[in-house]
Amino acid sequence: MYSQKVLKIFKKPKNMGKIKDADAVGEVGNLNCGDVMKIYLKVEKNKIKDVKVETFGCIAAIVTSSLLTEMAKGKTLDEAYKITNKDISEGLELPNIKLHCSVLAASALRKAIDDYRKKFKV
Amino acid sequence: MKRIYMDNGATTKVAPEVAKVMKKYFSDSYGNSSSLHKLGRDANKKIEEARKIIADSINAEPNEIIFTSGGTESNNLTLKGIAFANEKGSHIIVTKVEHDCVLNSAKWLEKQGYKITYLNVDTDGFVNEKDLEKSINEKTILVSIIHGNNEIGTIQNLEKLGKICRKRNVLFHTDACQSYTKTEIDVKKQNLDLVTLNSHKIHGPKGVGALFIRKGINITPWQHGGGHEFNLRSGTLNVPGIIGFSEAVKIANKKDIEHMIKLREKIIEGVFDKISDVKLNGSKKERLCNNINFTFFGIEGEGIVGYLDEKGICASTGSACSSNSLEPSHVLQAIGFERKDCNSSLRLTLSRYNTEKEVDYLLKVLPEIIEKLRRFTPYKNV
Repeated sequence: MYSQKVLKIFKKPKNMGKIKDADAVGEVGNLNCGDVMKIYLKVEKNKIKDVKVETFGCIAAIVTSSLLTEMAKGKTLDEAYKITNKDISEGLELPNIKLHCSVLAASALRKAIDDYRKKFKV
Repeated sequence: MKRIYMDNGATTKVAPEVAKVMKKYFSDSYGNSSSLHKLGRDANKKIEEARKIIADSINAEPNEIIFTSGGTESNNLTLKGIAFANEKGSHIIVTKVEHDCVLNSAKWLEKQGYKITYLNVDTDGFVNEKDLEKSINEKTILVSIIHGNNEIGTIQNLEKLGKICRKRNVLFHTDACQSYTKTEIDVKKQNLDLVTLNSHKIHGPKGVGALFIRKGINITPWQHGGGHEFNLRSGTLNVPGIIGFSEAVKIANKKDIEHMIKLREKIIEGVFDKISDVKLNGSKKERLCNNINFTFFGIEGEGIVGYLDEKGICASTGSACSSNSLEPSHVLQAIGFERKDCNSSLRLTLSRYNTEKEVDYLLKVLPEIIEKLRRFTPYKNV
């Protein structure tokens, strides 16, 4: 069902967990419909200095959250905001019914960035 | 890496003895069991021996057994065949914890104008006898209740449920795919009119099953052709498969059951000892000897299965058939789980081939996996 690439990332997902003194947080999904992702951001000079993610979900959810954090790290907020689900799922060969997981990851990041902008009015 | 196989509810390894017996019937004794010549007669003789072995194993007569392609076909034939032998508007009772092939046959019949009742079960997965009795009406033609549940392992009391059906003059069918050879099936004692059996869950080959149909029952076939299997299921018989199936029935024994129970209890005990926030689903006592189903709150079963796979252990989240769907398990929902916890299950199903050593290894790696996944879950209760 999952490609070798997905299983490889799943073996050692990156940046999983929580940032205790995060500057911003974005959470999407809800337990009653399945997956939940919570993104934590540390921002410095408008750039994402650190990012972590907590995921309650399937293998695809864990893999796409891990990939997203790697893509977002080091990017400016504007650049990170533009990451789409297609960017995340490209090359993963996710089964169709699991594509929504990559949508979830992209929107969790946007929600965290929105949270940051609202808090710090930037 | 040597694989540890704990997904025997999905399918089992063909026993070497079974494979050995089957081999001859592919390219040596390959006759069509309907043919008049020697090769045909040889095949037919073996088929009739197999029919008797399977009939004897459930206290039935050989002419009450027809061979099919497996559990799904036997269940489809039962529901649709009994429905079509009766008028539209007739009523059928199933439970909410049936296998998909029963549930989806029932839903399809509903569209054709039949009435279906989906019985609730209690938190252990048992059907309440009074509920069954109350739901039977003058239009009821069939009650179909799964014997050993494929996800949570609960074994229904067929004798009591069958008595109710007999008393009310309603046909009683059970899907015994998971329970066959693991717990007693006696069609006379348990008042059974139809029983679904299959081969690949008991170390026989895939693609073979059987249906017990009590003598005198009116059932409409839906596979037409040369009139095989007493005109109820046309199609050339799967000779090697059927012979393998009967061999698998022959080698099943009590000692294997005791062995599986011992390992099952060791796993349950070990998991409760080492892991918190865990629940055993299904009945503790009336349980398939090889089934364990846990809920690990706060994480998803798919992640657990993925990391177990990496460690060389084959397991599943529930039913193998539903792993391509996002719908949470209908069985866990029926036993009262909130939706948020329905994806947190792990099913381990054992066989005669599992060892204590394998269980020790499982009990070493599973707690680490649960801890790893819980470390990065946003679910608050853990």
